Amino acid sequence: MSTTTVESSAAAGERDSAAAAPPRRVRRRGEQSPAGRLASHGILTVASLIAFFPVAWLIYLSLGPDKDDYLHPGGIWSKMSFSNYSFVLQHTEFFDWLKSSLIVSLGTTVIGVLIAATTGYAVSRMRFPGYRKFMWVLLVTQMFPVAVLMVPMYQILSDLQLIDSYLGLVLVYCSTAVPYCAWLLKGYFDTIPFEIDEAGRVDGLTPFGTFARLILPLAKPGLAVAAFYSFLTAFGEVAFASTFMLSDTKYTFAVGLQTFVSEHDAQRNLMAATAVLIAIPVSAFFYLVQKNLVTGLTAGGTKG
Amino acid sequence: MTVAIDRATGKRHGDRAPRPGLGQRLKQSYQKHWYAYAMIAPVAIVLGVLVLYPLVYGLYLTLTDANSLNTARTIGVNHIDATYKFIGLDNYKDILFGPTSYDRFWSHFIWTIVWTALCVALHYTIGLGLALLLNQKLRGRTFYRLILILPWAVPTFVTVFGWRFMLADGGIINIALDALHLPQPDWLESTFWQRFAAIMVNTWCGVPFMMVSLLGGLQSIDASLYEAAEMDGASAWQRFRYVTLPGLRSVSSTVVLLGIIWTFNQFAVIFLLFGNTAPDAQILVTWAYYLGFGQQPRDFAQSAAYGILLLAILIVFTSFYRRWLNRNEQQLAI
Repeated sequence: MSTTTVESSAAAGERDSAAAAPPRRVRRRGEQSPAGRLASHGILTVASLIAFFPVAWLIYLSLGPDKDDYLHPGGIWSKMSFSNYSFVLQHTEFFDWLKSSLIVSLGTTVIGVLIAATTGYAVSRMRFPGYRKFMWVLLVTQMFPVAVLMVPMYQILSDLQLIDSYLGLVLVYCSTAVPYCAWLLKGYFDTIPFEIDEAGRVDGLTPFGTFARLILPLAKPGLAVAAFYSFLTAFGEVAFASTFMLSDTKYTFAVGLQTFVSEHDAQRNLMAATAVLIAIPVSAFFYLVQKNLVTGLTAGGTKG
Repeated sequence: MTVAIDRATGKRHGDRAPRPGLGQRLKQSYQKHWYAYAMIAPVAIVLGVLVLYPLVYGLYLTLTDANSLNTARTIGVNHIDATYKFIGLDNYKDILFGPTSYDRFWSHFIWTIVWTALCVALHYTIGLGLALLLNQKLRGRTFYRLILILPWAVPTFVTVFGWRFMLADGGIINIALDALHLPQPDWLESTFWQRFAAIMVNTWCGVPFMMVSLLGGLQSIDASLYEAAEMDGASAWQRFRYVTLPGLRSVSSTVVLLGIIWTFNQFAVIFLLFGNTAPDAQILVTWAYYLGFGQQPRDFAQSAAYGILLLAILIVFTSFYRRWLNRNEQQLAI
């Protein structure tokens, strides 16, 4: 998945035109004609601008102090300030939302990974009656649309008085995080050679011992990927959080951000500033882990 | 040995000797597999409590006329008991065939199909194109890649608001269109442009995942295959058609399935882009949410019925997809 190691493997550029006129200097495989290279750079630059612009625009708008500045973006240059940021940090529930978001996301992550770890190992190594059915259940649970569980969950949680509580939201998120982590971890355990298990058994370890002493230490990257992914998913979830969290100090960011725009008032400048404050740490975190994340996601998908 | 490591074959082996009695078999099976069952027990229990029970309860609710006026609720200190009653399959009949069922269900159904097909097609083609471009020796490749995954890195609920500012009446997109003397559609008001905007935003959000996965697939294709193809005089297009595409098949079948499921279930983009203002641009998921939580009185029974129908559609689709892949002798891993 790394983008740098491929240099040597001369991955074939599709765009290099083998049909180009016989070159004087022999072009090596994977090298391109200057025109092709220019075209590649052109397309990639345009694509990068499209990818970058909405985010950059949000940052730019967040610097405009008035709530209608987004309609007159030209005027922001002259009166740019950080007043929105200081207002958001001092006079809104920003830190409450931060706390709720972290509690809910971290809770989901920890529970999800802890519960899913042994199962991922079991379905990676063992065949037992009901194996296929179990895998099918894991797969189907992941693709539940939010609409399936929302109504019954709402009813059940109100019976248990868990609406508007962190625990309720964590439980709801676990219903998708647990099967997802189990899949992801199965994909990772599949990449650990079976010879290690066999060696463990020869030395007299039970399957639990093999798992705990040999496999688990080797599987740390896989566990990390499952954790990252559960965290990011729980952090960005909108539907359940918007419905189940009622008091504004318990909102997660996904809900809190919506409160800036209501029917009566649209404080878009504050909203933009909050959005930027949320986006910066999350994106930084994402960029730190993205290489592992991508490998993990596709490892679950391509092997096994 | 108790635990058979036979992942390679995917078959249980050795335990199909002359069939002993049922009790005997259960006992043997238990002795042989209790490790496995003990290890999957936590997930099985969690799924039973958090998924199966609500699912069955939801299924029961769809057979009633429950809404927010007749379910059990507590107002202050008064507890009001539930008064909804069992009405059989009437909800499903009403949704699928009742009067105005076209407006309520089928129009959303068709739009959901169109939305899923268009979005996934766009995700895949743009993602593949960018992956091919990034899979060359090119200066600044890592830099491009980092910029291009930005839409994935920033949480969707943040970027959708960014798009809302841009698409608003006097937002930057319409300012730019005005400067170019092009018509300025009211993106967030008229149905067609709402749908257009939704697809555009979702495409923007979804391309990076496809791009990165396909790039991983491209890099795992053996370079010697390209050499061999070139030796045999294959043109660039032929190399793409007969080496790259087959090499990507396993990654593609997985990411396309994931893409379809995610897009079909996509809640955040449409919900946050339009809120309750766009009844015609709602896909089934957000429409079910609207029925259950976006209106007064909340129609729990119908919303749950939509949920069950959605799940049925997804399950049917996935099993056909798997069967189709199996017929083409491919393994779908996820």
